[in-house]
Formats: sequence, C-alpha cells, structure tokens
Amino acid sequence: MARVVKTKVEIEGRVHEETVVIEGEELTPWEEGHDFRVVGKSVNRIDARERVTGAARYTYDMHPAGMLYAAVLRSPHPHARIVAVDTSRAAALPGVRAALSSANAPDIKWYSGHSKLFDSMVRFVGEEVAAVAADDMETVRDALKLMDVKYEVLPFITDMREASRPGALQIHPRGNVLKGDGGREGDLYSRGDPIAAFKSADIVVEATYSTSTQLHNSLETHGSVVMWEGDELTVWESTQYIYGVRSRVADALGMPVSKVRVICEYMGGGFGSKGQTLKQPIIAALLSKEAGRPVKLMLNRTEENTLSGNRGETIQKLKVGAMNDGTLVAIDLETLYGVGAYGGWAGAVGGPAKELYKCANVRTLTLGVRTNLGSHAAFRAPGYVEGTFALESALDEICDRLGMDPVEFRRKNYAEGDQTSDLGYTSKYLLESYDKVLELSGIGRENKLPAKGELGANGNWKRGIGIASQTWSGGGGPPAHALVRVNPDGTVEIMAGTQDIGTGTKTTLSQIAAEELGVPLESISFRAGDTQKGPFGPASWGSITTPSMGPAVRAAAADARNQLLEIASFFMEVPASTLVLQDGIVTIEGRPESRRPLKKILDEVGDYMVTGKGFRGPNPTQPLRTWGAQLAEVEVNMETGQVRLVRIAAAHDVGRVINPKGLASQFYGGILQGMGFGLTEERIVDARSGHVLNADLEEYKVPTIVDTPEMRVAGINRADTLANHVGAKGAGEPPIIPTAAAIANAIFNATGVRVTALPITPRRMLEALKANREEGKNAHV
Amino acid sequence: MSADRVDFGEKVSLALTVNGKDYNVAVPVRRTLLDTLREDLNLTGTKKVCDMGHCGACTVLRDGVPVLSCLTLAVACEGAEFTTIEGLSGPDGELTVLQQAFIDCDGLQCGFCTPGQIMAGTALLKENPHPTVDEIRAGMAGNLCRCGAYQGIIDAVQQAANSAASK
Repeated sequence: MARVVKTKVEIEGRVHEETVVIEGEELTPWEEGHDFRVVGKSVNRIDARERVTGAARYTYDMHPAGMLYAAVLRSPHPHARIVAVDTSRAAALPGVRAALSSANAPDIKWYSGHSKLFDSMVRFVGEEVAAVAADDMETVRDALKLMDVKYEVLPFITDMREASRPGALQIHPRGNVLKGDGGREGDLYSRGDPIAAFKSADIVVEATYSTSTQLHNSLETHGSVVMWEGDELTVWESTQYIYGVRSRVADALGMPVSKVRVICEYMGGGFGSKGQTLKQPIIAALLSKEAGRPVKLMLNRTEENTLSGNRGETIQKLKVGAMNDGTLVAIDLETLYGVGAYGGWAGAVGGPAKELYKCANVRTLTLGVRTNLGSHAAFRAPGYVEGTFALESALDEICDRLGMDPVEFRRKNYAEGDQTSDLGYTSKYLLESYDKVLELSGIGRENKLPAKGELGANGNWKRGIGIASQTWSGGGGPPAHALVRVNPDGTVEIMAGTQDIGTGTKTTLSQIAAEELGVPLESISFRAGDTQKGPFGPASWGSITTPSMGPAVRAAAADARNQLLEIASFFMEVPASTLVLQDGIVTIEGRPESRRPLKKILDEVGDYMVTGKGFRGPNPTQPLRTWGAQLAEVEVNMETGQVRLVRIAAAHDVGRVINPKGLASQFYGGILQGMGFGLTEERIVDARSGHVLNADLEEYKVPTIVDTPEMRVAGINRADTLANHVGAKGAGEPPIIPTAAAIANAIFNATGVRVTALPITPRRMLEALKANREEGKNAHV
Repeated sequence: MSADRVDFGEKVSLALTVNGKDYNVAVPVRRTLLDTLREDLNLTGTKKVCDMGHCGACTVLRDGVPVLSCLTLAVACEGAEFTTIEGLSGPDGELTVLQQAFIDCDGLQCGFCTPGQIMAGTALLKENPHPTVDEIRAGMAGNLCRCGAYQGIIDAVQQAANSAASK
C-alpha cells in the first residue's frame, strides 16, 4: 500500500522538504549490540579485481563501433559578445562529420534560463563557443583551429571583493551578488543578540580569514560517450548522479526520460564536481545526431581545471566573544564566497558557527559573488571546510589568550541539542570523538595538549600540535530504492540506480544485503550505475549514499528473504516463521539437522526468480548530524617557511560502521584533500587576462605520496537507530572538514604565529613569521 | 620517417609488441603511444589523466622500464616491447602479488590511477625488491592519486615485497 508523506532532507547545509511515496512498513532497526555476521567486518572491495587488472570500463574507455571524437572551442576571453561564428572551414576539413555553434544549435536554455547551450555572450575563459566531431582526435584539433569567431571583448572582473562593491561593473543579468530569501542579498542567519553579547564579553577576538579556490582534479575528467539507436539515446557519463543526467539530457533535448539511458559503472573521481550535469552530454548528443555515429566528448585536463567547478574562495570577517571562564557567548561572521560566472548558490560557510558549539548569540551572513571565472560546484563539504578553518582558528586564539586547554574549551562549549531548532539530535558522540582522538594521538584522553612551544624544535623545524572539530549533515533520506533478485542457482543480484564513485558503495551495500538476506557476501553481484537496470537512486553527494541506499537495500533483501522462506516453508512443511536463512542455508529454528541449502530449495521451483523490493522511509523530526575531531602534528621550518604534516589522528561519529576498511580509506582521502586545501592547493588566476595559470597537475599542487603523513583514524561506531534502521550516517565528507583548521592551529602551537590565509604555503608562512617578528620589535620599542 | 617534412595527415605503419602479442598498426604521426594503446589496440586499462606527463596514470613498461605513454610518440616505438596493466596477470587470470596486495590493502578508491600505480610499483619492486618506506615514497612519487589512497599504496608495495621475500 503506497502512501505519500512529507519529510525534511538536508543536502550540504541546505534543507528542503521532500514529498515521498512510502511503499510499506519500515523494518525495525538493527539495535546496538546486534549480532552481525557481515556488517561491521572489514572486507575488500567487491569490484577491486576489475580495478587492478584494467578490466574496469570507465566512461573514458567506452568505444561503440563507428565512434567519432569531439571537442569544444572555448572562449579565450573572460567576457565577450560573440559577433559572428563561422564553422564552415572546419566542417570542410576531410574527416570532420559534424560542427555545432550558436549558428545551428537548437535554442536550449542553460543556467536557469539566463544563458543558452551556445550563447552569444560568454562570461569566463573556457565558456562554450562551438564544437566539432571528427574521425580522430588529430582531425578534431585541426578543425578547432579552423573555426572563425569574431568577439567583441568586454570589460571583466576576476576579484570578488571588487565585484561585490556597490557600483561595480555588473557581469550577470541578475547582478553580481546572489539573492537570498525575500530577494535580499546573501544568506542571513541570526539568533540571540550578538551586539549586546559582544559588549558584555570578557574577551573578543576579531580577524579576517581567507581561503583559496580549490580545484577538484578528479583524475577522470568530466565527459560523455553517446550513442543513438533510433530515437533512443544511451549516454555513458562520468557522473555522481545517473538519474540527474537522465532528467537533464531528456529535458534539454525535449525527450521523454524513458528514451534516455545513462550508464556509469566505473567512475574516476568526482568529489562533488560531478553532481551537476555540464553541457557536454548534450553537445555530444547533438553532434552524434548530426553525424549519425556515436560520439565521445571528454574534457582535457586544462578544461577540467578551468570550467568543471571548484571550491569557491572565501573572505571571512569573523568576531568571537567569550567569558574568562571559557564560555563562548557570541559569534559574528560575514563571508564573501566566490561562485564564478554562473554559480547559483554559496557554500554554507556559516554552518559551523551556527551548529558546532553552544553559543546563544550568533549572526552569519554569506554573500555569493559572481566574477568572470569558471563557476564553483560542490566540493566535499562545501562551505563547512572553509568556515571551520576560520572558526577553529579564532577559538584557538581565545584558548591561547585565556591560557585554556583547547580540548577543555571545546568540551565546555559542547552543545547538547540543535540550536537552530531547539530539538535534540538523533545522536551525537562528539565528546567520545575527543577522547578517541586524544587516545589515537598518543596524548591520552586525560591529558592536556602541549602548551605553545612546548614540543620544541629539531634544528630549524619547530614542532606543534593542534585540534579542530567538525559537524556536518550526512543523514540522507528518501527517495531511494533497490531491488534484490535471487536467481534459481542461489546467486543474488542487487539492482540499484545508485553509483559507486570510488567510495565503496557497492561493497558496503552488498554487506548490508548479505546480512539481511542471510547469504555469503561472495554470492552477491551489484548492478549499479545504469538507469535501465536499477530503480531510482539519489546522487552520490552530501554523504547521503549509505544512509539513503543502505535502508533501501536492506528492505529489499528482507522482502526477498521473506519470499524465500515462504517457498522453503512449502517444501520443509513448517511455518515460514520458524525458518532461518543464514550463510545461504535454510534451517528450522532449533533443529540444525534440518539444514537445506537455498540452492536445493530453489531447484524445486525451476526458473522462478525471487524479486525483493525496498525503499528508504522518511526521516525523523530530530536533526541529524555527523561529528568528529582531528589532532594534527606539524613541523615548521623557521628559515624556509615549509610546513610538514607529520602525523594526524582522526575520530568521527558517522554512526554504525559497515566496512571499517572502506571507512578508513574515506578518512585517509578526506584528510589528504584537507591537507592540500590547507597547505598547497590554490588556483592562480591572471587578473589581466582572466586565465587560470595552473590548470594542470604540475603547477596545481595536489598532495603526493611523499606528503602523506602518518594517519591514525577511527569511527566511533555507535548505531544511530533514530536516523534509519541500518544505523549508519554518511562518512564521505566529515573527514575533510577539520584537517586544515587542525594544521593551522598546530602551526600556531609550534611557532606562536597565526596564519589567517590558506593555503599556508612557504611564502605565506615566511610572511607571517616576518610580520610577527616586526610586531614583536615594535612592541618592545 | 626519413623525409624532412612530415605530413600531419600521414599515417605511418608501426610494428610493436604489447603483452606478448605482435601488432601492426597504421598510426597518425602525431599520435602518442597512450592513444595508440587505447584507441587503436583497445587496451583501455592504461589511463589518460593529464596527457602532459604530470601524473603517472599512463605508465607502461617499455622493455621492462617504466615510461609515460602520453609523452611517447607511437612512431618512436617501432620494434619495442611493452607491458600494460592487462598483461600482468597470468594466463588463468591469477593476479600478481602486487595486484592482490592493492586489493588487500585497499590501495585504491576510484581506481583510475591504479593501473599506473601498479605498473610503477611493479617496476620499483623489480629494481629494488626490498624497498624501505622512504624508497617506496620516492619510487612512487610520480603517480598521483586524488582519492588519497597513498597509505594503502605504501602498504601494498610493502606487502608485495614481503610476500615475494617469504617465497
């Protein structure tokens, strides 16, 4: 019996109400202490073999017969009007099979209707101008050089401070600053009376923090391979959201969704950037239609790093007030957030200020600012990574002034419940995270952190330690669906419209299915990443996949198991309620000698295939959050300004842990990307031309194996049975959030110098050391 | 190839051996070994990530020595012998100790850098069967992994070295 309910779902700091269809009764939760056989055990990835032998076929590897290659001609100007575009010389080149531009492309709206697939106005270097498909890549490159485009070059802005000022050149029809609720500029949040609270505070810390634009640099670039068969279109797409691509492509091309099939069985990294659908699958589909042959259109590395999204830069003016006993009383945060030319939302930079600690008086204002640069996109915990750096730096400053241990300060300002709603959380194990991280680091849960300078130096290298905490959503929600098929030979297939983007989704969900169904993990095959094989699954973003898909898969497995036991009951001549299915064997409860392998029972019913169906139920009313803390130990070279992250401990409350091995990998990966954000990663733009100068993997510094610190990580592993009946919360984003903040605080602990701009490159470190010396000199005069 | 002027549209006939199999292909003179492997020989296990020699994802073994196939012109490979990721496992599909170690140590997430990592690790262990952790870091430094699987990669190379030593 289907019924319709409304439920709140939070994705990356933005809450919306979802109207969902509920298909039946919810399962009872796996309680704390449940006796698991597969869940909670470390297992290898079920698709690892394909990935270590080169057999895994990614979008980039697809090659349907007769396939053409394609590429896009992109604007070399950050702001220009296209006066004329002529593709005829390119189209005449032997081997060219199709060419597309505003002159012949259909009128497809883009960027919420403010632009088109090929528009006459371009607003950043890299925006689409024309496209071509040809027999081979060499011909494609030659054809791009034969495109004739006349631009009227317009003035532009790359500096978001300049763009945000009144009277600035307006680069977008809706203005330079994003509008929030009620048409007001920015997202404003306020509680209590911060102005009065700052007046009565014993101590006030005020500073401006800035963070740089971080590039996702997924190793597989965004791209598509498309193939028409009659009026049906297959799109292989490197995406975090096959169903999202399906709707977007169908909508753009005016097709019913049933005629579009989207496939992404293996995916080479996304980190948020592939939740969106860029223009290339639609451009490829149009070229393919014209040429009558399949088309591959992959971005190259330069394109990937110019236009496929980024973590927007921030400038954060932060003021924090506290009492002498360490009670936090007021936070005020004003943020400029760079969204590029077409970004439609700003990262929730104010989130940590609102939720991480108990504080009665808080005001946050975030202004999303447009510039003539590539648009931002979600990047692993957007907003929270940036906001946590500023907030945790300021709190560390307060601890230093008060002479208070940073962990004691954080424990003291622990928030029992959600201060934005006055409701209790579904679960919160932040205090346990502090204990665990102190234990992992070797400091011990009863001990204080070393005082400033206490760890001393080794030659020019000063050593220090710093802590930072984290909160984030990660509860997921409906809609999410799955099917579990049990074949006549006893093998099991999970059919789900989710996708495994490298996080181990297929493995985690197979563990859940094996547990509920009562079959060995090895008997399960997981069919994900194909809209024709699995029912709707949500995007792999917002740390929602395990808590959304996990319950759906478990419910489908329970449905299949119940049907199997009904069948077994007929042949074993006892009620189904007395039967147990475990490790693929059916037993009458309390009678071990009655055991019959599932396969033998299924043999009796011939080619009958059991299909179990499962859905994700509505969310609880209580807010759900993930929590955690990281403790970083660094060395700072006082002569060169180099910073080394020597070791780091991480403990996060992400609910029940399904696969500890997979969870550790998520934590390692988050820490390394957080370290890159904190120390090395920075998009560099030439303000005179609007070009990205380091749109590659050499000058843009992602962490390498040489930079890898010693990492000790743990999940707190307490089931959240209010969140969903599997008890798991999301784990993808929490581990990136506190890393840069912990590193910055460790640098302060080592040197006594606060660096307020990320990344903390040797140049920034030296400048801060120098400024500190001069300040000290002046103070003594 | 002796002519002074090269016609970019010209295709050149090329003989090379990949994973023990002899191939004769006609390739455009501008084509890289990477594109030849992937597009002409359908050996798509070797990945294209940066196409500029920065990331190591396209690493293959040329006469046993690791090379970046994106920086190698196909026409410069006449008569050479290559091993790619598809050529590592045995005739019945049995994995090398290093491949198995990558699985056991979870030395991968999305897996896109993995073929290049495993080729680099294979070459490293051939040259230095018992590397220290620092030698592993130095030997694998040219292979980037954006998911951050480096800890598992270090563990995998160590495990492979140890299991080879115990045999």
